[in-house]
Amino acid sequence: MRLIRLENPPTILGSAAVGSKKEFEGPLGADLDLHDETGTFGMDTWEKSESEMQRIVLNLALAKAKCETAELDAIFAGDLLNQCVGSAYGLLSFGKPFFGLYGACSTFAEAAILGSMLVSAGYFHKVATVSSSHFCSAERQFRFPLEYGGQRTPTAQWTATAAGSFILGKEGEGPYITEVMAGRIIDGGIKDANNMGAAMAPAAIDTLLAYFEESGNSPDTFDRILTGDLGREGVLITLELMKREGYDLTRVYNDCGLLLFGGKSQDVHCGGSGCGCSASVISGHIMKRFHSGEFHDVLYLATGALMNADSTKQGSSIPGIAHLVHISSHK
Amino acid sequence: MEFLLHLIKAFVVGGLFCVLAQILIDKTMLTPARILVLYVSAGVLLTAVGLYKPLVDFAGCGATTPLTGFGYSLAEGVRKAVDEKGLIGALTGGFTGASGGIAAAITFGYLFALLFRSHPKK
Amino acid sequence: MNKKAYGEYVKARMPKSPLLKDCAFAFLVGGLICSLAESLLHLYLYWKIPEETAKTLVPVTLVFVSALLTGLGVFDDIAKFAGAGTLVPITGFANAVAAPAIENKSEGLIMGVGAKMFTIAGPVIVYGTLCSVVYGVIYWIVGLF
Repeated sequence: MRLIRLENPPTILGSAAVGSKKEFEGPLGADLDLHDETGTFGMDTWEKSESEMQRIVLNLALAKAKCETAELDAIFAGDLLNQCVGSAYGLLSFGKPFFGLYGACSTFAEAAILGSMLVSAGYFHKVATVSSSHFCSAERQFRFPLEYGGQRTPTAQWTATAAGSFILGKEGEGPYITEVMAGRIIDGGIKDANNMGAAMAPAAIDTLLAYFEESGNSPDTFDRILTGDLGREGVLITLELMKREGYDLTRVYNDCGLLLFGGKSQDVHCGGSGCGCSASVISGHIMKRFHSGEFHDVLYLATGALMNADSTKQGSSIPGIAHLVHISSHK
Repeated sequence: MEFLLHLIKAFVVGGLFCVLAQILIDKTMLTPARILVLYVSAGVLLTAVGLYKPLVDFAGCGATTPLTGFGYSLAEGVRKAVDEKGLIGALTGGFTGASGGIAAAITFGYLFALLFRSHPKK
Repeated sequence: MNKKAYGEYVKARMPKSPLLKDCAFAFLVGGLICSLAESLLHLYLYWKIPEETAKTLVPVTLVFVSALLTGLGVFDDIAKFAGAGTLVPITGFANAVAAPAIENKSEGLIMGVGAKMFTIAGPVIVYGTLCSVVYGVIYWIVGLF
């Protein structure tokens, strides 16, 4: 069994989402708690900007959860930067036990899985999960300098400048994290770093099939099944291949990378990506819909591409991973 | 009138060099960096076999401005230096021919690195 | 579905780059840059600048303008549409030098600007120089006979 039904489902006590100008101008702009017009967050390097974003988003989530920093037992966080420095510097000032995680764009779900398991098990009473990505620091590290004049291919995705955070607690009124399932590393053999959706789709399908089989639930159980972030190409592949397996997801399925940005006018090609993308969509947009009573059950399936800038140059294929979190308004 | 003809020749030849590269970018998995290397090497080769000089005479800046023209100036520099100094010219000639562009790129690149910081893309 | 079948499936359904549009922009912008260069050459000659100097001054001017536009953050906006139209002329080389120089200023003037300046344009210098040296040697040998 890969599926874990949490014995004491932790409550999402509070959540927060921040972004930059582009995310604010997107369709979910109103669901951000804070945005920075320049994307610098007042810092002089892009890496420091990303760290500052993490510091801000955790502070906002704590405030919304009415939780004092002193009450936190641990922080589970990650980002895309080498050796997770975005989280390390950003969360330094909190002075809390820290688990630095790397799951590429799946990091937020990875953090939620580990955090909720340890709260459910009783080791921790309150924990925070944080993840972020910054377009400028990611471009620098994975692609080209910002001012370099290049063209993106039609399947390319846009790294979101955004961060999200959950505060999970042992007690409290929903929404709850009721089920979790960690992903396996799945290699579909894709080598094109500009087609991450295709590289990650096999991992998403692997986890989804395992979940439906083990849980006995069907897609109809959910208000939404959200991947983050396969982009348009990965979404179409997932829909089609899941249909071949006998699951029609058309009604409930969407992708955080598609939700965050507004199609053609924002020129993001296949949609958003980065560990801040799904983190901010889930922490902002989706949590608001839980609180308004619109959503009761959401399956959040965060996907990550497990590669670096050198592995693709060396000709290695790009394996993917998909971590699953079931958020529900009832235990 | 003659000036206009020069402009048109430069436009068409230079434009065609770009179109060829664009087709390579869109249709093959070649990255822009590989295409630039291909272009500069092709420039040296075409100059060596005597094909590029006539093109420069015909299209002027339409042939010297694309990166093949960079290869042309490297090769021309080497040829002149070998004529004058013998074998050592193979090492000294290339940069003589292309030094203007390289030194300018370093100087202005450095200057603007001091003056500006990178902007987020729109 | 095995890896091979999946790879073929992905490749078959992948959206294609708009080749015709891309080529039209590349031709237009690339052509314009080259005819701008030609006009500059005529202007410099008109100013009675010696021909050899004028021919060096043209690429230097283009490099200056490209580096400036790179610094102002405009070059990448043009290149997004122009593609190979700005990449292939010497403007692309200048951008490839200036962009990493500006970007890596945060790591300092030596290890940032100095060391990273040629991370993109380096291969052009390396292979251009190697080819020209090989050509020089062959040219010298042929000249012996």
